[in-house]
Amino acid sequence: MLSRTAANLFWMGRHLERADTAARLLDVGQRITLLPNTASGYQNEWNSLLQASGTADLFARKYGEISQENIEEFIFFDRDNPSSVMSCIERAREAGRIVRTALTSQVWDALNVAYQDLRKLEKTPRGKLDTASLTDFTTSHTSTVRGAINATQLRNDGWHFMNLGYGLERADATARLLDVKYYVLLPRIEFVGSGLDTYQWQVILRALSAHRAYHWAYGGDITAGRVADFLILNGESPRSLITSLYEAVWNLEGLAKRYGDTVPNTARDKAREVLTRLQAHNIDMIFDEGLHEFLTWFIGEIGTISTLVHEDYLLGGA
Amino acid sequence: MSYYNEMYEGSRVRDPYARLSQWVETMPADFRQMKQAEAEALFRRIGITFAVYGEGGDPDRLIPFDMMPRVFEQAEWRRLERGIKQRARALNAFLRDVYGRAEIVRAGRIPARLVYQNEAYEKAVVGVVPPRGVYSHIIGIDLVRTAKDEFFVLEDNCRTPSGVSYMLENREIMMRMFPGLFRGNRIEPVDQYPDLLRRTLESVAPAKCHDRPTCVILTPGHFNSAYYEHSFLANLMGVELVEGADLFVDGEFVYMRTTQGPKRVDVIYRRIDDPFLDPLCFRPDSMLGVPGLMDVYRSGGVSICSAPGAGVADDKAIYTFVPEMVRFYLGEEPLLQNVQTWTLWKDDDYKFVMEHLPDLVVKEVHGSGGYGMLVGPRSTREEIEAFRAKIEANPGNYIAQPTLALSTCPTFVEEGLAPRHVDLRPYCLCGDRIELVPGGLTRVALREGSLVVNSSQGGGVKDTWVLSE
Repeated sequence: MLSRTAANLFWMGRHLERADTAARLLDVGQRITLLPNTASGYQNEWNSLLQASGTADLFARKYGEISQENIEEFIFFDRDNPSSVMSCIERAREAGRIVRTALTSQVWDALNVAYQDLRKLEKTPRGKLDTASLTDFTTSHTSTVRGAINATQLRNDGWHFMNLGYGLERADATARLLDVKYYVLLPRIEFVGSGLDTYQWQVILRALSAHRAYHWAYGGDITAGRVADFLILNGESPRSLITSLYEAVWNLEGLAKRYGDTVPNTARDKAREVLTRLQAHNIDMIFDEGLHEFLTWFIGEIGTISTLVHEDYLLGGA
Repeated sequence: MSYYNEMYEGSRVRDPYARLSQWVETMPADFRQMKQAEAEALFRRIGITFAVYGEGGDPDRLIPFDMMPRVFEQAEWRRLERGIKQRARALNAFLRDVYGRAEIVRAGRIPARLVYQNEAYEKAVVGVVPPRGVYSHIIGIDLVRTAKDEFFVLEDNCRTPSGVSYMLENREIMMRMFPGLFRGNRIEPVDQYPDLLRRTLESVAPAKCHDRPTCVILTPGHFNSAYYEHSFLANLMGVELVEGADLFVDGEFVYMRTTQGPKRVDVIYRRIDDPFLDPLCFRPDSMLGVPGLMDVYRSGGVSICSAPGAGVADDKAIYTFVPEMVRFYLGEEPLLQNVQTWTLWKDDDYKFVMEHLPDLVVKEVHGSGGYGMLVGPRSTREEIEAFRAKIEANPGNYIAQPTLALSTCPTFVEEGLAPRHVDLRPYCLCGDRIELVPGGLTRVALREGSLVVNSSQGGGVKDTWVLSE
């Protein structure tokens, strides 16, 4: 397979997942601001959200003032924000268009419809849009594409690259969403364990469409330890760090098996190593180490794996 | 002026159209509209949006599709086929000659100036003989018809003629919408084209290639208006669609960058123009090509289809000499006629043309796509005078031809069927053999009375049938 084709499939997967994340971030922020609030008002929450997505500086430069409308515009529609839903869907579609022969018509249709509908949505007066419907719009379209991929694509190396993109991006995204929690809590450490704290954890769960799943998995009260365990170490949880990383490893193993010794497989080796280290953790160790420190380590490792994927497969050995 | 109607002779329906005639007569109007909408939806869904080579315009535009097919009898087609293949052989012989000893110039049959001062003449490939001596592997020959047995060649396209995906998709959509029509008529298939094209490309692999050749299509990228066609052909042939940046030169070969490391490429079907092929040899600012490609080509490490420099054979000035090429290289009389052409750099021709501008069609030598031309009989006096001034400023830039009585084909319009003018572009493949699928792209001028079939000027397309015996 051409390296460029593989790269486009990989980034198509990443951008679709990233669009999903942007919409979920917006949802988290929106729900946190509905809380009876902290001393400094909702500004902090939104700011922490931007921090977590790594776009706070860009937002400050372009909009300055934090307001619900500005944030929505920025996270959802703004093409200057490379992580906005619009940017991500547009890039995913562009990548798909370039490698159309590697996609089934169902996948292309789903991707193209998502893009066309988003263009229509863009023309809707903002007053008529609410955050919840924007989030729903995004998750429903990205799910349709994902479903079409699962149902119709050949299980070949292209399939592995797409799913590798999804897996790595999802691991990164869940880690960042969890990190929002850290930023939100940072100024007021006395909230830990309070009702407010619990509510915030619940918001994270909701944003990951996981609050029902959590109850099935653990039952009983929502506690910081259990939620973190669910989102980091639980292999049943579909968006947990361990599940997402496992998916990446699985696809890298698939590529290694297919390609044999023609490729160095350094990405596979690294991903295996990180997975082994993750499996060696339990949730108490993570809290002892510091959640933020742990997540920073993890996000860094995901970045390294991604770089190695490029070196192993996407440069074409030239 | 009277025009040859391909379906009707007076009120009588010509034989090849007999069944189609019944089909049309029994078709309810609302059914036709429904099918027309269905066809458009299919085209849009597949995403065929492109402009025919060099025509510019909006890249996301659909070319109108007319459901009424155009039909040739087997005998008519056989005659055309022989003429097209003959012409293709002569054009390749000419290319082999002008990059070699140039016997035709020495013999005084073609002026040296027209060859060596031609922009498309590539000094960089003088003396290089590509595999099997073939320079142009896909030749699109634009034909018009003026009577039952009268066909004229309007122009030859020896570089990268486009539109073949339309030929294939038109057929695909017709078969899907009207299977009954195909059961009732014996229509020669065209869908073997991608396989023939792949075989043609493989047959001209370089001598240094010992295994089954790896072929690729080289595209300028997804912003190009014909990108759909590039990816469509790559998909049907089962070859990689590459951009310049996917290829690199190492030593005496060209490689593509794959997920399993470099893979050698033997044959490149390029859909980018000569000046962009290799920044080290041609335009240094080209980002579309592959640095060093021409060195590999010259040393026989890779085949390029069409070969760099092939464009010198399809220039409008060289065109007038193609019948001469047939006689010179093949020792045969040309089976297909050229349109009579006056070249305005000759004094006699200039004088004649300037006296008869209202009756003639005047074209720029390097123009294409129906732009920069004057159709005398359809122009106002002001338009003619304005064009006269342009000719006076640079006579060498123009040729003139009589206004041809292009044949018409019944075409669906608002009110039902009405005659509209058509042309035909068959695609001739040249490798170890010369092959032609029975059919081609029929373009139709949808505006009443218009003689310009280019899609940029309101042209559409039709499925083209060749009936079997």
